[in-house]
Amino acid sequence: MSDDQNKNHAEPHVTFRKVQKSYDGKNLIVKNLDLDIQRGEFLTLLGPSGSGKTTSLMMLAGFEIPTGGEIRLNNKIINQVPPHRRNIGMVFQNYALFPHMTVRENLRFPLTIRKLGATEMDRKVTKVLDMVQLDEFGDRYPQQLSGGQQQRVALARALVFDPELILMDEPLGALDKQLREHMQMEIKHIQQKLGLTVVFVTHDQSEALTMSDRIAIFNDGVIQQIGSSTAIYERPANPFVASFIGENNALSGLVETVAESTCRVRLDSGVYVHATLGDGVVQGARTIVSVRPESVQLNVQSLGCANRMGGYVKEITYLGDHLRVRVELAGRKEIMVKAPAAEHKHRFDTGDAIHVGVNPEHLLALAPTASA
Amino acid sequence: MNPFFAKKSLLMVALTTLFAATSAQADVTIISFGGTNQKAQAKAFYEPFTKASGVKIVASEYNGEQAKIKAMVEAKNVSWDVVELESPELARGCEEGLYEKLDMSKIGPKADFIPSALSECGIGIFVWSTVLAYNADALKGTPTSWADFWDLKKFPGKRGMRKGAKFTLEFALLADGVKPEDVYKTLGTKAGVTRAFKKLDEIKPYIQWWEAGAQPPQLLAAGDVVMSTAYNGRIASAQKEGKKLKIMWANNIYDFDSWGIPVGAPNKADAYKFIAFASKPENQKVFSGEIPYGPTNVKGTAMIDKAVAADLPTAPQNMKGALASNTQFWVEHSEDLEQRFNAWAAK
Amino acid sequence: MTQYSATMPAPLDTAPEASLQSRLRRAERMNKLKYGALILPLAIFLMLTFVWPIAALLKRSVDNPEIITAFPQTSALLRGWNGQALPDDGVFAAFAGEMAQIKGTPVLAAAAKRLNMEVPGFRSLMMRTVRATPLEAGASAREVLIDADPRWGETATWQLLARNASPYTMRYLLASLDHKVNEQGKVVATSPEEAIFVDVLLRTFGMSFVVTVVCLLLGFPLAYFIATRPVKTANVLLMAVLLPFWTSILVRVAAWIVLLQSQGLVNQALMHLGITDHPLQLVFNSTGVYIAMVHILLPFMILPLYSVMKGISPVYMRAALSLGCPPFRSFWKIYFPQTLPGIGAGGLLVFILCMGYYITPSLLGSPNEQMASYFVAFYTNQTINWGMAAALSAILFVATLLLYAIYTRLVGSQNMAARAR
Repeated sequence: MSDDQNKNHAEPHVTFRKVQKSYDGKNLIVKNLDLDIQRGEFLTLLGPSGSGKTTSLMMLAGFEIPTGGEIRLNNKIINQVPPHRRNIGMVFQNYALFPHMTVRENLRFPLTIRKLGATEMDRKVTKVLDMVQLDEFGDRYPQQLSGGQQQRVALARALVFDPELILMDEPLGALDKQLREHMQMEIKHIQQKLGLTVVFVTHDQSEALTMSDRIAIFNDGVIQQIGSSTAIYERPANPFVASFIGENNALSGLVETVAESTCRVRLDSGVYVHATLGDGVVQGARTIVSVRPESVQLNVQSLGCANRMGGYVKEITYLGDHLRVRVELAGRKEIMVKAPAAEHKHRFDTGDAIHVGVNPEHLLALAPTASA
Repeated sequence: MNPFFAKKSLLMVALTTLFAATSAQADVTIISFGGTNQKAQAKAFYEPFTKASGVKIVASEYNGEQAKIKAMVEAKNVSWDVVELESPELARGCEEGLYEKLDMSKIGPKADFIPSALSECGIGIFVWSTVLAYNADALKGTPTSWADFWDLKKFPGKRGMRKGAKFTLEFALLADGVKPEDVYKTLGTKAGVTRAFKKLDEIKPYIQWWEAGAQPPQLLAAGDVVMSTAYNGRIASAQKEGKKLKIMWANNIYDFDSWGIPVGAPNKADAYKFIAFASKPENQKVFSGEIPYGPTNVKGTAMIDKAVAADLPTAPQNMKGALASNTQFWVEHSEDLEQRFNAWAAK
Repeated sequence: MTQYSATMPAPLDTAPEASLQSRLRRAERMNKLKYGALILPLAIFLMLTFVWPIAALLKRSVDNPEIITAFPQTSALLRGWNGQALPDDGVFAAFAGEMAQIKGTPVLAAAAKRLNMEVPGFRSLMMRTVRATPLEAGASAREVLIDADPRWGETATWQLLARNASPYTMRYLLASLDHKVNEQGKVVATSPEEAIFVDVLLRTFGMSFVVTVVCLLLGFPLAYFIATRPVKTANVLLMAVLLPFWTSILVRVAAWIVLLQSQGLVNQALMHLGITDHPLQLVFNSTGVYIAMVHILLPFMILPLYSVMKGISPVYMRAALSLGCPPFRSFWKIYFPQTLPGIGAGGLLVFILCMGYYITPSLLGSPNEQMASYFVAFYTNQTINWGMAAALSAILFVATLLLYAIYTRLVGSQNMAARAR
């Protein structure tokens, strides 16, 4: 794997080894999970609902006990450590701010339990309130704050007692789009400034792409791929990852010949294409070639491409900076193309014949997975 | 309960009368104290009256509360025709205008009745007695005076008494050695009242209070108490059922229950007819045979079998040393003495 | 903008603007009328069944119409009397005249009864006196009255009349608090042998408090248990909680008598198990009353608690745990404070219902367990002293209001602040 995060210290902060979880004794929600989380990294667990990402997070927090395997924190097994002894800060989906306490009381709560002195406590609370820019709101009750402010208090509360690591369970889900994007940056900045280890659960891929050092894509209780945003987007390990992250065109076919890092694929429509060789793709096997809509060239731009095909324009959608063009290829296969509006506006119309072209480096031949 | 329930029940009464007026007419509604007493009344008075006159009787019962009658009379929406009353309630209600002044010419010759059974608004139905009753199985020996009722050493066990000042205070004074003829004179003084309560203090922890006349026979039969004050008729009924209960007649207190007609009764004419019928000696004789309460009609007394007569409060041997309940005293003093009794009982 | 608005208040525009305003007003008035018409039946209903009876009750507790109705003229004259020496002949004459007028009517009986309440024996005094009226022509009223009963020659007798010659009296309210106005017109405590209501009221509060606390101790864990079950189980359990409501309170009380009496099931079981060798006194004392009251009132505690607990997300407990708080402390510091509105509502409900309880203590208790409502019933039914019944009710009513005020002060305000917006 082309993992580019190799600046890690001696050992991982958290390790999952063969971790399993079942609720009913029949089905595994998490299947043999192996995962290393490095100190100071921002790791996002991404996947559809029911994929096991939240369960994994809850096992790390201590609210769920693994059915099998072991979880280590600083190389110590923590399977049997109750949640209140793990020293892990957590931000919950709906913040879980205590409604009968003011902001300041909420923040003092973990410090009171740790029996800190009054001055030390005030110093920490003030510092953390300052960090989330809520210095003036200390005496308000949570219900008197906006959603974004509550979110910041929740973050501050998870930070104030200097926990080992921070877990976040879809913390931005309840905010509107603009605020969410703002908070994404804020959280990222704080994480970087303090060098925190953060495990973040979301089902929003753009959130994952923006914030994460690494992303672990979950599906069916299994991590499908783990890597940096670019690696995940540009070199998806399998068709599930390819289709889950971003938009994707998938064409099935048969691998004819294999070269060093490329291969020749005969698509089901009979057309031959050159594609980059993905993991586990062998000669003679069926494959799914995947291409991002923005990597497909049209008409004049397609002239230099190694793979060119003819088709008809089925539909054009104008989206301001770009057009989305649905093109029907031979064999009734359709692909979606994202083309810069400036170059292609009014150059063709629905029903026109059109040329599409893709370079082999943008065309990825993937092994079809059973789970995908 | 509060006064508004009384108002509500007043509304109910109004509604029921409304319906009663439209549907059935001229059913005489007679209210008595219920239980075996009412059963005896049904046999001696209600059923023969309906047979003789064709007028139907609606019988119902109450516990002597005057609140309902007062509410009905004040609202001029009376649904009761004839009511069985104890003497103080009759006297008070008569003064307050709750009951009709009776026209004796519609009932019968005055001379036929025990003089004290006749009053302005009422005519006595029967003479009843509050006596000492005991469970012959549970008690070793025979109590012969109210002092024995107080003697916890001689007769260990719980005592039943009616929850209220009336008669309870009289018995306490009798037990303390006051002569029957001096009881009300003593009770009329502050010292006398204090003396009575002091006497009651002696057995207070051993008293099981009762409220309805049907309770003492049950308490005695179940062994919850060994002695109790009780209405003689209720004990006699229990004896008939085979319970081994006995009566001590010494220093019993007797009183009348009377018929009264609430002012504005819907069927006044039939009410008179009923009272006249129930006051006839032959009917009173039947009643006394059913439940041993003494007739108020002197002619009735003469008709009664000797065996039955011996169990009546009016039998000469039972009257010896008996105390007539002083209605005027209780009309006057029930308010303060009942209040003081409540205060005492609650401590 | 400014230019435009400067041209707005031109005279030309006022007419349409006014009509717009009036149209708006008319539309709003129509809406108000419509809403008003919708709630009108309810408002009338509440007035008739709630506001009016309570107002009537409060009035009745101070009402004193008997004397001024029977003796209007004498009352007027007595108000001008100094109370030192015997009143003058005019008062005697007026009194004798008015006595003669109401002779034999319920008005006289009511007045006599009212005065007898204050001084036992006054009824016969009045009845004896009225027989001496009307006066023969030329007779001195003073002589005739004093001749009928020498007490008319005592100032105390006239002072009693004078004290009650006003349409309102504090007598009933004072009596409900074991106080009275003595012959000198001063408020004093009633003698210890007659004092009862302060004890009864304190007992009413005390018993209500105990029942409330027991209900809370039993109801809280149960409500918590139900609230943490899945919906299906919770519904079944709630039905079980409500089950007692399906039978009448009298039946339940009777059932408790059967169960708890000396030969009852409970005692038999206890003796059979060898826990005790003689039957325990479980009924007709405080034990029986407490058992039955708690049984009857428990649902009123559980239901508000349940509904509040249902609304507390389990995530708060998790949050507390994640912040390092041990489980029990998390429960106590985080979960429990959020149930306070439920505890307050349930407690208040049980307490207030308890204060009004009548049937249960009267059937299951001894005279030592009778609560204020027993005496309300006693005065209503037995002695027909509705003034006293109303006064006791009024005191209970005021106590309830006070309690409610304290409740909103303690639980409500904090809660409302927390729930603001």
